[in-house]
Amino acid sequence: MRELTYAQAISEATVQCMAADPSVFVAGQNVDDEKGTHGTTREAFEAFGPSRVIDVPNAENAFAGIALGTAAAGMRPLVVHTRADFMLLAMDSVINLASKWRYVYGDPAGVPLVMRGVVGRGWGQGATHSQSLQSVFGHFPGLRVATPATPADAKGLIISALQGRDPVVLLENRGLYSLKGEVPEEAVPVPFGRGRVARRGDDVTIVAASLMAHEAERAADLLADVGVSAEVLDPRSVRPLDGGLIMSSVARTGHLVVADTSWAPFGFSAEVAAIVAENVPGALRSPVVRVTPPDCPAPVSFPLEEAFHPDAERIARACLTALRLDASEFRTPRPITAGFSGPF
Amino acid sequence: MTPLMRMLREMVRIRTVETALAELYRDKQEMRTPTHFSVGQEATAVGVCSALRPDDRVYSGHRSHAPYLAKGGDLHAMVAELHGKRTGCAGGRGGSMHLIDPKVGFMAASILGETIAVGTGTAWASVMRGSDEVTAVFFGDGAAEEGVFHESLNFAALHNLPVLLVCENNGYSITSPLTARQPRGTTVWERARGYGVSSALVDGNDVEAVHDAAVEAVRLCRRGRGPYLLELTTRRLLEHVGPHPDRDAEHGAETDVRTRSCPVVRASNALRSADLGCESPDRVVDRWRQEAEQEVRLAVEAARAAPFPSTSTLLDGVHHS
Repeated sequence: MRELTYAQAISEATVQCMAADPSVFVAGQNVDDEKGTHGTTREAFEAFGPSRVIDVPNAENAFAGIALGTAAAGMRPLVVHTRADFMLLAMDSVINLASKWRYVYGDPAGVPLVMRGVVGRGWGQGATHSQSLQSVFGHFPGLRVATPATPADAKGLIISALQGRDPVVLLENRGLYSLKGEVPEEAVPVPFGRGRVARRGDDVTIVAASLMAHEAERAADLLADVGVSAEVLDPRSVRPLDGGLIMSSVARTGHLVVADTSWAPFGFSAEVAAIVAENVPGALRSPVVRVTPPDCPAPVSFPLEEAFHPDAERIARACLTALRLDASEFRTPRPITAGFSGPF
Repeated sequence: MTPLMRMLREMVRIRTVETALAELYRDKQEMRTPTHFSVGQEATAVGVCSALRPDDRVYSGHRSHAPYLAKGGDLHAMVAELHGKRTGCAGGRGGSMHLIDPKVGFMAASILGETIAVGTGTAWASVMRGSDEVTAVFFGDGAAEEGVFHESLNFAALHNLPVLLVCENNGYSITSPLTARQPRGTTVWERARGYGVSSALVDGNDVEAVHDAAVEAVRLCRRGRGPYLLELTTRRLLEHVGPHPDRDAEHGAETDVRTRSCPVVRASNALRSADLGCESPDRVVDRWRQEAEQEVRLAVEAARAAPFPSTSTLLDGVHHS
C-alpha cells in the first residue's frame, strides 16, 4: 500500500469528505494560509476555495456556537484549532450545548460538529501550547474523542467524524504530522471505540494513546532487548473507549502500564486503571503503573521540558517496575518529536 | 382581523398561558424545572415573530416561553415539557430552558448568550446554502455583557449574515440593575453600531412599534444587508425565575410603572381606539382570554395524564445509534 504522512492523510480525508458531501466545510484561524495548518488544510483550500475553507476571527467562544448553529441547520463544520489549548475558550458551546444537544432536546438530527485540536510539544511550547485535553473532553457524555496515532487512523477517524452524526473532538499531536505510514486510498472510516493492537506481547500490557503509542512501541523494543514481551494497545478513541480490548489483554499479561501525555489525576490513565480494577481485578498480578507528565504545568526551558514529557525510557522502566525486574541501563531512544526541528 | 388584533390576540394568549402556568407552578409544584416566565415581555416576542416567515428560524435564551409560542411552538408539547413528561417537546429531558420545535422553526432555547452564536451560525448556513431564511435570536440585556455576544456580532457583521439579534432589555440581570452592570451613557444598540451592525432602540412594550421595526430589520437581513440588532426595552412582571411577582424591595417603587407600561394593556387601549364595527374590544379580548384559558387547561390536563419517560430510556440518545 502507498505511504502518506499523518498530515497528508488528514488532508486527503478532508478533501475526499468535502468532495463527497457539499455540506462539509473547514473553518479555523489561518486554515487558508500557505502553511495550511501543518499542511492539513492547504489542499482543501486549493480544491474548494475560500467559500469552503474559511479563515475565521479570533473568537473560539462564539465560533464553537456559530459552527454548531450551522450543524443545527444541516451543515458539517470541521473546525480547526491550531492549538488545542484554545479549545478551552470554546467549552461553553462544546460542553453545555453540543455534547448535550441530541439528549437534552431529544433532537434526532443532532449536531455533527467536528473539531480538530493540535497538541504542541517540543521547542519550548510550554504551559499553554502543549496541553493534551483528552481527559477533559473525555469526561462528558455526548462527545466522541479520538486520538489518532497513525496516518491511517488519522484519515479513517476524520472520515468517521465527518460521516457521523455526533460532535467529535479529534486531538492530533504535532509530533506526528511528519510520521509516515500506509494509508488506504479510498475513504474508509475507522470506527470510534475500537482499539488497535500496535504490538503483540505476553508479559505486560501498555495502553498508550496518540504520540504515546509510538513511545510505547519504542519502549517495547527496549524491553525486547532484555527479554520482556510487551503488548502495546492504542485505543484510537478515548470516548468511547475499547475497554474490552484492554481487559482481555490484561487478563492475559497480568500487568498494566498506562502511558499518557495528560496528567494522572482524574485522567485517561486513571480511567484505564479503573476499568481494569472494576472489571478484572483478579487479573492484576502487580499494581498498575501510570506514566504521565509530572504534576505541574509544562515548562519551556529545554532540560525541564525534556524531563517533563514522558518517553519510551520511562515507559520501559515502568514496565520493569510492574514486573518487579531490575531497571537495566537502556539506550535512550530518539523521541518521536525529534522530527520537529523548529523553530516555531 | 387587523395586524394589531392578531398580535394582541397572540399576546393575550401568551399572557393567559403564562399566568395560568405560573399559578400552577407555585401551587401544585408539578413543574419541577427552573422557569423564567415571560409575563410582561409578550410584545417583544409577538412583534418580532409576526414579522417572520414560517421558514425563518428563532432561537432564544432561557426566558423562552413567549418566543416559542409566538413562533408557533406546540403549547401541549411545552406544557408537557415543563411537567417532565415523555410527550414534552424535548421528551421531558430539557425542561423550560431547553424548548425546541424545529417543525415551526423554533430551533432551540438555551441559557444566557449561547444561542447568539448558534443563531449566527444558522444564519451563516442559510447563506452557504443559498437560501433566504432569516434567523432571529432573543436574548436579554445580561447576555449582551458576555463575550459570545461581541464575538458573534463581529463575525455576523464580517459576513453580512441574515441574523436579527433581539435584545430584550428588561433592565435586570436576576436582581442586578443595568446601572450596576454596564457603563452609564452606553447602550446595547449603540455598541452594535461599533461593529458596523445596523441597530435600533424601540419601546419593547409597544407591539406595533416592535413589529414595524422588525419588518424593516428582516427586510434588510433578507436582502443580504444583515445583521441587525433591535434593542427592545421591556419589563418583566414576575421575578427572574419562578412564579412570584417581581417585588424585591428595591424594585417595589417601580411596580406601578411596570403595570402601566404593560404591553397587553397598551395594545388593548390601542384596539379600543380603533373601529371594530359591531363588537366591543373588551368583549373580544375577554373571549380570546377565555379561549386561551381553555387551551392551557387542556394542555395541563394532557400533560398531567401523560406518562413520565421510562427510566429504561435514561441512556438513550446520548449518541446517534
